[in-house]
Amino acid sequence: MGLTGLFLISFLVVHASINACIWFNDGGETFTFYAHFMGTNTIVHFIEAGLFAGLILHIVDGLLLWKQNRDARPVQYAYNNPGKNSTWYSRSMAVLGTLILLFLVIHLYDFWAPNRVEYVTTGEEKDLFQMMQERFESLPIVLLYCAGCFSLFWHLLHGFKSAFQSLGLNHSKYNKAVEVAGIAFSIIVPAVFALMPISMYFHLVH
Amino acid sequence: MNLLLKIWRQKGPNSPGKMVDYPVTDISEDMSFLEMLDVLNDQLVVKGEEPVSFDHDCREGICGMCSLYINGQAHGPERLVTTCQLHMRSFKDGETIYIEPWRAKAFPVVKDLVVDRGAFDRIMNVGGFVSVNTGGAQDANCLPVSKVDADKAFDAATCIGCGACVATCKNSSAMLFVSAKVSQLALLPQGKIEAQERVLNMVEQMDVEGFGNCTNTGACEVECPKGISLENIARMNREYLSAALTGEEKKEITGGF
Repeated sequence: MGLTGLFLISFLVVHASINACIWFNDGGETFTFYAHFMGTNTIVHFIEAGLFAGLILHIVDGLLLWKQNRDARPVQYAYNNPGKNSTWYSRSMAVLGTLILLFLVIHLYDFWAPNRVEYVTTGEEKDLFQMMQERFESLPIVLLYCAGCFSLFWHLLHGFKSAFQSLGLNHSKYNKAVEVAGIAFSIIVPAVFALMPISMYFHLVH
Repeated sequence: MNLLLKIWRQKGPNSPGKMVDYPVTDISEDMSFLEMLDVLNDQLVVKGEEPVSFDHDCREGICGMCSLYINGQAHGPERLVTTCQLHMRSFKDGETIYIEPWRAKAFPVVKDLVVDRGAFDRIMNVGGFVSVNTGGAQDANCLPVSKVDADKAFDAATCIGCGACVATCKNSSAMLFVSAKVSQLALLPQGKIEAQERVLNMVEQMDVEGFGNCTNTGACEVECPKGISLENIARMNREYLSAALTGEEKKEITGGF
């Protein structure tokens, strides 16, 4: 989970950086330039296949963990007080992950899939910037995207530092740094993502 | 103090169990939790009922025998204590107290609150030792150990194997126990020789026993009566990774008794 998690985290950085180009307010020119590169470059296509493989591994691994961990306690406690010793989000990674996956399906269906279909059939790309503007006219969709980012925030809040611990990277000199970096990352990246539909909805992006 | 106890009663390993209410009166707040249960059992014996079975031995927090999941927490609400060191002053007069056995597939209930923690013994049997020749002790200076490593090894060695980590983990994972036992030897020169084989065998046995996996919630460290650190789990993960990648092909293990 740790290795695939960190790999997916590296993708989030790229995704958030390129999408943040919409805020150049140049009619999406910079954004479209990079989006075009990501959509048409052969090497990126291979990396994209790797990304999906990583995502599927992360999901399958997570489901296996969930199954094994559930089987490890056939009789539940009549009264349990887990809030005394651990955070709710660290105990809810499977649920948060499922929420993110549901969001991801909608998100890919909104942008990635139609663009890829267009590219394969006509060799041309769709205007993703315009698609974003149209999609984020709808308040329920904007709220849905914010909810997806919110789930991602909690998932990362545990996942980031947990990945380091799983890989054995625990050292009193660096633990604090990893923890702070994890908190910063889980706030900044989902916030950047969430601000995109929000700023589109309020027509702050031109 | 007057209390209402809700206790898990189960006649044997394969019988169904249920929570049963037992009101107790005139409990001194200076009693330990186990003494309070002794009072209850005295009353049950007088009434001709079956007393509640629970594990206990030294009653001074070092043997690792006592257990009990009290009000939803392993060894009760206090930090860094075993159930025998938990006193009734930690509870309020009139309180309802839930008392349950450790819950894990790898810790089957024997009777009432008693569980079989033999899985821990079987994990120890496959690697929780060092093989040293007997004979005259060699000069201690032949095996220099840094104070830092000695302290860390000693901290890991304070694990009493009570199983609170498993009981409290939402995944019933035994990682804190196994990592403490791996660490106490891996940190010292005597343990280095068998280090790779040890970690591979102990982790394999841990999985065979049906414990869950670690998802780093950190609950075990909080509830551990001896304060065993999560640092040990990371150390075991490192040991395991390097042993799995670079270790010799593993020989067959029989899986304990």
